[in-house]
Amino acid sequence: MSQMSQIPGNIMFDGPMATKGYPLNKMCYSFNHAAARAEFLADEEGYCDKFRLTAEQKQAVKERDVIAMLEAGGSIYYLAKFAGILGLNVQDVGGLQTGMTTDEFKAFLVKQGEK
Amino acid sequence: MATILGGIATSHIPAIGVAMDKGLEQTPYWKDFFDAYPPVREWLYAQEPDIAVIFYNDHGLEFFHDRKPTFAIGAAAQYENADEGWGIAEIPPVTGETELSWHIVNQLIEHEFDVTVCQEMKVDHGLTVPLTLMWPGHRYGHIKVIPIAINCERHPMPKPSRCFDFGKAIGDAIRSFSGHQKVVVFGTGGLSHQLDGQRAGFINKAFDQYCMEKIVDEPEALTKFTNFDLVEQAGSQGVELNMWLAMRGALQGKLTELHRSYHLPISNTGAGLQLLATKDAV
Repeated sequence: MSQMSQIPGNIMFDGPMATKGYPLNKMCYSFNHAAARAEFLADEEGYCDKFRLTAEQKQAVKERDVIAMLEAGGSIYYLAKFAGILGLNVQDVGGLQTGMTTDEFKAFLVKQGEK
Repeated sequence: MATILGGIATSHIPAIGVAMDKGLEQTPYWKDFFDAYPPVREWLYAQEPDIAVIFYNDHGLEFFHDRKPTFAIGAAAQYENADEGWGIAEIPPVTGETELSWHIVNQLIEHEFDVTVCQEMKVDHGLTVPLTLMWPGHRYGHIKVIPIAINCERHPMPKPSRCFDFGKAIGDAIRSFSGHQKVVVFGTGGLSHQLDGQRAGFINKAFDQYCMEKIVDEPEALTKFTNFDLVEQAGSQGVELNMWLAMRGALQGKLTELHRSYHLPISNTGAGLQLLATKDAV
């Protein structure tokens, strides 16, 4: 499966990444519950510590750096729940990862239908 | 014997559910997408299926990485939906079924698919959006649903060929069930999309159209792909094609393609809708 990393811009979510990302993903999984979302917003750092996020993961969360969260083992399924707290949809998240504004990202999606 | 009327493949993206909640179906962005559905609904309502077997992937509602099954099947009288964390409205409980579920489980184990069996299982948008699309206004209470979840999130995940064979074993199990139930099979998700990484937004229209063409009479062309091929050709979440292949595997004999449509972009995806009827459908 190591060949997966050869796709530019793709961060493969495999077993080792799932091991690395476990605390971050577990925290984001908790966001299925409204009380957990509120608890996170009230004390972000404390909530990260509760799930024993690594320093790298905490920094990525603090900076809302999606690519860094993926590199720290985040799974997009769970990061989407985090994005929800921030009021971001998948186009916003797409823009954040590709360096585009949300509108530019939406235009990019439309363009692919014109190929 | 139970009969399989056909298979329906449909996108399951959450934005569809949100659009329906907000009544946006006839707005410019959504109109063409939603207008594709009435003919498929008409066929479905005319066939009066008793049971819907739905292949979907859980996106972190029921299953977390602490225990993530490769294949899981529900055997419960009812399934609950719940808060997924980012705002899609919860929908009323889904009616389940246990007798055919257990028959499928027995047949799967007999044929060496050692599936995880769930007597309680929360179902997420992967399953609820297709149900809502088929029976808008939450009018799905009469249909008995058998949810079947396939891991499409964390590698390693089951190979396309394995998903097809899994679907085939389920189709054989349904056809060997000593009832008179009419069953429709759903493949959900896809088609090409990539949510994560610098490659986010990747869509491959030509590949999606190839898949919709081949799945009708030549699914073997698709089962030759590896999951790596699917990620490369269809994006990291394009592996959801595996649910379409499981649906197709469950169908047998000469098929009639009654509907095919494709819209791009719907949210970040190429969204396909396809209806394949068996000879047992009128």
